[in-house]
Amino acid sequence: MSDVTQLIHDYLRHNKKFPHVFCAGCGHGIVLGSLIRSVHALGLSKDDVALVAGIGCSGRIAAYVDFNTVHTTHGRALTFATGIKMANPQLKVITVMGDGDAFSIGGNHLIHAARKNIGVTVLVLNNFIYGMTGGQCSSTTPLGAVSQTSPYGQLEKSFDIVKLTSAAGANGVSRGTVFHVNTLDRLIREAIMRPGFNLVEILTPCHTQYGRKNKFKSAVDMYKWLRSNAIPVEKYEKLKPEEREERIPIGTFVQNDAPGLEELYAQVRTAQCAKERKQ
Amino acid sequence: MAKSKGQTEIIIFPDWCKGCAICVSFCPAKVLALNEAGKSSVVALEECINCGFCELHCPDFAIMVRPRQAQNRRKNDVAPSESASVEAPDKATGAAAGDPSNDNDPKS
Repeated sequence: MSDVTQLIHDYLRHNKKFPHVFCAGCGHGIVLGSLIRSVHALGLSKDDVALVAGIGCSGRIAAYVDFNTVHTTHGRALTFATGIKMANPQLKVITVMGDGDAFSIGGNHLIHAARKNIGVTVLVLNNFIYGMTGGQCSSTTPLGAVSQTSPYGQLEKSFDIVKLTSAAGANGVSRGTVFHVNTLDRLIREAIMRPGFNLVEILTPCHTQYGRKNKFKSAVDMYKWLRSNAIPVEKYEKLKPEEREERIPIGTFVQNDAPGLEELYAQVRTAQCAKERKQ
Repeated sequence: MAKSKGQTEIIIFPDWCKGCAICVSFCPAKVLALNEAGKSSVVALEECINCGFCELHCPDFAIMVRPRQAQNRRKNDVAPSESASVEAPDKATGAAAGDPSNDNDPKS
């Protein structure tokens, strides 16, 4: 364990003010650590990674790491990431978005990026709420959950991020939690290395805006909830339907090796250039 | 990752700790506790089994667990109980004293 913290410090921007801006107990810091460990384990150079982030708490992650980073407009992180990947396919483009950023404001961009199978790795930090803007309900807020804009309980159904992205045609779809850190590291590593569009949904508690309103006494209670409810997808599939209530499957749901859009584009371009040289 | 007791030292950077108590609540050996300032601190270093849970799950990168031998080489003849002491961070930079990352050039 001895080198983990030092490793993380090596990848942080030391001209930024620390400790970071996230609330006490916020899982975003754990995701930041997991991302850094994954990039380091893959042996990627800092210059070979481009981190694109949208607006919100999750968007602050890009400000703290010493990669090539872009902090973009709300919901448009994937459009910037698509442009970066098409311009320089050698870069490992990682996009960090919140649930609202990815599936509410940026929902259309996300499903089309998945359909195009552009070679971008997307980390969706799902805390079930718009944390930074005051605690409004998002498209992933569970039915009945209390938020600033749903004081009597959420009346709308929530998106299942894994099912939605799988149906849109992503190459890789997985789900992890900030409690199961080693699994999360593995999922992020696999997502970065797999070709095409890969999405990792990361369940991360927001005690300040979500937990306090939903009968979690402390941030630790939310971690205990993750520990007791998240189970590997292989175990989940063996459960009876009545046993699946409240359970959250984690692990890899989709893994394909179809070439990404940038690879197909490179092939077309090479073939076209060869054709023009012959003429 | 040796799971034997008494092989590690734990360094906590109090300026980075926000007192969320994740490390305290889930430590399998009850090594850590919140002190009167609301920060995580070491109370039973000899019980540490080097599982690494606190270091991996600290959202603020405020905990470092490392082999005790390395610390003893750095500071000669330090008693094991003293090695659990919290190192005071350098407030000017916001980074902890003895933090090797201070030597890291962020632009490199």
